[in-house]
Amino acid sequence: MPRKTMIEAIRDGLDVMMDRDKRVVVYGEDVGYFGGVFRCTAGLQAKYGKTRCFDAPINESGIVGTAIGMAAYGLRPCVEIQFADYMYPAYDQLTQEASRLRYRSAGDFTCPLVVRMPTGGGIFGGQTHSQSPEALFTHVSGLKTVVPSNPVDAKGLLIAAIEDPDPVIVLEPKRLYNGPFDGHHDRPVTSWSKHELGEVPDGHYVVPLGKAAIRREGAAVTVLAYGTMVHVALAAAEETGIDAEVIDLRTLVPLDLDTIVASVNKTGRCVVIHEATTTSGYGAELVALVQEHCFYRLEAPIGRVAGWDTPYPHAQEWDYFPGPARVGRALVEAMEA
Amino acid sequence: MADSAPLRFHVPEPEVRPGDTPDFSKVVIPEAGSVERPPVDAEPESIRKLAFSIIRVLNRKGEAVGPWAGALTDAELTDGLRHMMTLRAFDARMQMAQRQGKTSFYMQHLGEEAVSTAFRKALEKGDMNFPTYRQAGLLIADAYPMVDMMNQIFSNDHDPLKGRQLPVMYSSREHGFFTISGNLATQFVQAVGWAMASAISGDTRIAAAWIGDGSTAESDFHSALVFASTYKAPVILNVVNNQWAISTFQGIARGGAGTFAARGLGFGIASLRVDGNDYLAVHAVAKWAAERARSNLGPTLVEYVTYRAGAHSTSDDPSAYRPKTESDAWPLGDPILRLKNHLIVRGIWSEERHKQAEAEVMDGVIAAQKEAERHGTLHSGGKPSVRDIFEGLYEEMPPHLRRQRQQAGV
Ligand SMILES: Cc1ncc(C[n+]2csc(CCOP(=O)(O)OP(=O)(O)O)c2C)c(N)n1
Repeated sequence: MPRKTMIEAIRDGLDVMMDRDKRVVVYGEDVGYFGGVFRCTAGLQAKYGKTRCFDAPINESGIVGTAIGMAAYGLRPCVEIQFADYMYPAYDQLTQEASRLRYRSAGDFTCPLVVRMPTGGGIFGGQTHSQSPEALFTHVSGLKTVVPSNPVDAKGLLIAAIEDPDPVIVLEPKRLYNGPFDGHHDRPVTSWSKHELGEVPDGHYVVPLGKAAIRREGAAVTVLAYGTMVHVALAAAEETGIDAEVIDLRTLVPLDLDTIVASVNKTGRCVVIHEATTTSGYGAELVALVQEHCFYRLEAPIGRVAGWDTPYPHAQEWDYFPGPARVGRALVEAMEA
Repeated sequence: MADSAPLRFHVPEPEVRPGDTPDFSKVVIPEAGSVERPPVDAEPESIRKLAFSIIRVLNRKGEAVGPWAGALTDAELTDGLRHMMTLRAFDARMQMAQRQGKTSFYMQHLGEEAVSTAFRKALEKGDMNFPTYRQAGLLIADAYPMVDMMNQIFSNDHDPLKGRQLPVMYSSREHGFFTISGNLATQFVQAVGWAMASAISGDTRIAAAWIGDGSTAESDFHSALVFASTYKAPVILNVVNNQWAISTFQGIARGGAGTFAARGLGFGIASLRVDGNDYLAVHAVAKWAAERARSNLGPTLVEYVTYRAGAHSTSDDPSAYRPKTESDAWPLGDPILRLKNHLIVRGIWSEERHKQAEAEVMDGVIAAQKEAERHGTLHSGGKPSVRDIFEGLYEEMPPHLRRQRQQAGV
């Protein structure tokens, strides 16, 4: 099996789908000729031509707004917002238009649209290239939101998103774009090619939306994580020696609640982690769900580790980022309670 | 710098307010027939002045004159008159139904009937409109069942949209009418995307975007111009300038200078202004723009100069912000009267026929209303099911919605 970085896997996913389905159209800022600032779309314009993969004006509302029109027409637009931080001008189109076309027209018009955007910190992007806006999407009915943590999932989830009949937001953790992350910022990035999760199957395959993956089995405490934080959770479990079960949610909406509930009912303890700011973050939703469904099995308060409620700082990003030390402390606390 | 005068802040104001004498003296109305008709492949640069004039066909005597005249047959013209009369009668009945508490809200088209009904006839089957809330004439002129429009307005158990949308926010793919959003201007850029998709697919269908003068201030209007001009999208960008955005006069969205059509010039988009109360002129310009789009010549921006003679909606009282008699002073007249007079001059219509037609049209509307009301109105009779709240958000219902539907007991 070929070994790929997440970027290569995403490009491969786009390639597979553009080849299979003439309706798939890929565009966004710098996406066409140059192949995107992260090179996810490199080579696609040369292969599929300018009408299937092209550069868009710097106008996020326009990118998503036109994509909605294309999707309503019957194409399968897969657009890129250059950084998740710049989706705010498109937020109205995403949350009030894309999310609702099917519902408000009673199925007369649908919106099979994919919006990809690099998210999260860990590349010294400062406060405008590091945000994790997932809660702004999960709060909106009618959208689906996915966050891959490795190249295999990145390709499989992207293909599932493109094939999905409804609008899907794909948040791509840019810390994982070029290689695996062992949870620590001070160690060199090793290539995905040396990492077992980097083995990406050729051709078409799907990682279904709405299905979590158990990345590490354990009996003492359940850790709920997604994207970059999956790797932090694994590092924290190794370092504390706590028998933690690490669940990679992969899709935030629809959420695989069954897997979560089964795990917490087994372990009786739970720690939730994410990179986005704490207050009203997606972790709050996870805590509420675990409390609703597992209250009588819980042996400790549910722990929550997340980014601070401040903009993402440039120089101190590793103090902002919930690293293995903070997650480890939360695991210890959960065990001691 | 020390002796600079203090800066002053400027807020545009309309010429008149309630109690004043209506004044449209600043609206320059060229004579019917006086504006050139360029070939559809004219370079936008070469027809810049069409963005500042007003294309008109019907003159004061009811004659069709000039280079934009002559495209419609007798039968098409009488159909057009009937569509406008139907829309007006429909509005009257639905306005009354709202007053009677049969629905929550209604928006009428009084004075603007020509814009959407004439435009529809310039499009072909399969073309897609992205309307806002004052283009029901697109449906009426395309023979969409009036009963279904009323079912939607009454949110009854035959409402094609299952009670989910505010009254008048229709949707019909089959009739080229995109689902309406309450969020102004969002549809404008979506129309451009639809047109881009049609071009990408090598299709022959074109799109039409619709927006009001006030809503052109939204960023999505400008986004749409960027995308339409960049990709030469086969789209007609329609701005309905009915002078008012609720209580706000059109100068607030436009500033003191230029026209709404002129907004297209900086983008290299062919831009025209047309008399929105002249059925023949609207149709001719729409046809010109549609032919241009369909021939891969790119987008056209059309400003319809018209006047909202009624209230903005059933929640509005225009006498609070403009002179009561302003609509009578509107220099472009009433679109129905103007077409009626033209048909009489043409010798294919008469006062008697008109009266008779009015009665027939009203009978049809009343019959449709009776049928719709048999299915229920907002507060009485059949209602869409509570299950419909949860259905159809996603193609397949995700587990959390299934749980919530169970909690709701349906
Ligand atoms: C984004 C947004 N802002 C505000 C409103 C409230 N609103 C509804 S209609 C309207 C005026 C629109 O005026 P115009 O575009 O001129 O159209 P007209 O009603 O005159 O046909 C406003 C402000 C809205 N629906 N959407």
